[in-house]
Amino acid sequence: MALLTDYGFILLVLACLFGFFMAWGVGANDVANAMGTSVGSRALTIKQAIIIAMVFEFCGAYLAGGEVTETIKNGIVDIDVMTADLLVLGMMSALLASGTWLLIATNKGWPVSTTHTIIGAVVGFSAFGVSFDAVHWGAILPIVASWVVTPFLSGVVAFGLFVSVQKLIINTDNPFENAKRYVPFYMFLTGFMVALMTLSKGLKHVGLNINSEESVLLAVGVGILVMLLGMVLLRRIKIAPDANRSTYFASVEKVFATLMIFTACAMAFAHGANDVANAVGPLAAIAGVIQSNGVGELTAKSAVPAWVLLLGAIGIVVGLATYGYKIIATVGRGITELTPSRGFAAELATASTVVGASAVGLPVSTTHTLVGAVLGIGLARGIGALNLRVIGSIFMSWAITLPAGAFLAIVFFSILKLIFI
Amino acid sequence: MSINPFISLFGRSPIGPMQQHIAKAHECASNLIPFFQAVIAEDWEQVEHVQQEMSRLEKEADKLKRNVRIHLPKSLFLPVPRSDLLELLSVQDKVANRAKDIAGLMLGRQMTIPKPLQPMMLAFVQRVVDASEQALTAMNELDEILETGFGNREVNRVTAMIEVLEDIEHDTDRMQIEVRRSLFKLEKDLPPVDVMFLYTIIEWIGDVADRAERIGNRLEQLLAR
Repeated sequence: MALLTDYGFILLVLACLFGFFMAWGVGANDVANAMGTSVGSRALTIKQAIIIAMVFEFCGAYLAGGEVTETIKNGIVDIDVMTADLLVLGMMSALLASGTWLLIATNKGWPVSTTHTIIGAVVGFSAFGVSFDAVHWGAILPIVASWVVTPFLSGVVAFGLFVSVQKLIINTDNPFENAKRYVPFYMFLTGFMVALMTLSKGLKHVGLNINSEESVLLAVGVGILVMLLGMVLLRRIKIAPDANRSTYFASVEKVFATLMIFTACAMAFAHGANDVANAVGPLAAIAGVIQSNGVGELTAKSAVPAWVLLLGAIGIVVGLATYGYKIIATVGRGITELTPSRGFAAELATASTVVGASAVGLPVSTTHTLVGAVLGIGLARGIGALNLRVIGSIFMSWAITLPAGAFLAIVFFSILKLIFI
Repeated sequence: MSINPFISLFGRSPIGPMQQHIAKAHECASNLIPFFQAVIAEDWEQVEHVQQEMSRLEKEADKLKRNVRIHLPKSLFLPVPRSDLLELLSVQDKVANRAKDIAGLMLGRQMTIPKPLQPMMLAFVQRVVDASEQALTAMNELDEILETGFGNREVNRVTAMIEVLEDIEHDTDRMQIEVRRSLFKLEKDLPPVDVMFLYTIIEWIGDVADRAERIGNRLEQLLAR
């Protein structure tokens, strides 16, 4: 193990840099879609969105990101088939490849997702750089399936949420009163779902050990807390005294805008838990190997080091602060057709789905899930016009991103092998 | 940086532009009232002025119509059938077209309205413009309908408005018959060619209300699903 003992520290620093770069990229670019929805529907100002994103992306990555990082770290690659050297170099090339590909794609304006790039790169280097058997093909199938299932699932949830809003609030004699009556329940639901999904997998790495009954109780507690906070905020909203029929719904939307503050937090949390986590997944693998000095069994069982998640969380905040706010503004300006009564449904559906996927360790794309949710609302006749060509371009991006990530990872892998071995 | 896929998911809702279009078409039709007042006063300068105004409004409506069509590609997913929407748009446009035809022909032939016919004619035109206005009122509810996600309550409100529109159109039918009957009594004392064209004009005025009613029918069709 000359490589790891001689260059271990340098490799680790390099890997940290690459991992930080990936997280930065996620913060700079990917967060925009998650937060832009709230900005576009004018539920939040850009400044508020940035602050919420920073706090909750950080929390999500740190508290709920472990499972997804774990999947990338050792769910895809069969560590028995691979040596420690190859794993470290491979994961580094996967990080490099993803970073490069995301940079290219962003410049060209292609709709790619961090998740798909990372998976493509990790599978690429291990299947073609090491050996075809080095990949847990059985683990890939559920991941790829989840890319189809999550948008569909969030679409169904969003459809259901929006229909319930119509039935309970909008299509009644007194929408404003009903909005004030029922919106707190949606707030409860938001807090409950996110807390439950996060707690169900435990927070062992921050020193909290809770069983499933306790976590349900705790989630109910969080939900009630969120609901009470929401009710305080809602009390300030009054119907405009000079409201006529056409401005009446603006007051109803204001109630939903308050709800959207909470769903935006949930959204940022979910995004942090999944997208940041899979960006730093390869780093976790490298750190695991190097810290154990490559001796003995390849740390397959060791937990994801908390500092890796922390690095990712910091990376995303820096990304947001340096570049992300611009893109959030752009997305916010681009999406004006989505009113808070729709936006909240899209966000709540997406956040629940993504947090759920994170809890079982499935790396999914937040943007794709959000697109699925928006389509669900469209099917419930909630949105003026949706451009279906986007679906086509998303499928195209899958068809291109996976092989592209794989190809780049193989190239970088070969180069790194030439240098170090 | 080029287009973000998530932004491009959201198309431009056609509802607002559709409402702008009907507003423009109605504005054109509503000019029929000052137009006929000027014709009755035989103030040809004013007649020409109003006619030009109507022609300008009709052109603007055309522009809006084209704009709506351009932004309605087949790949757009709408809460209402695209074909019904385009159909509605073209019916809306026909209101402005007919109003402009009336003004154009009357100015071109410097047509006058026989004195006994004048009050009846003005009332007829007024009622026709009422029909067009009612169509506009119903169309103005379309954004609320979208806001409520095509809830029954809003749809029922609009259906009630369309019923009013139908009543107005029935009035205009009745008035059209009266005006024609009165003209028939006068026609032997008038130049035959003028009379022929007057009959045409009466028919066209009735057309404006018919087309306004068709807007209502199309709107009803659009909402029924």
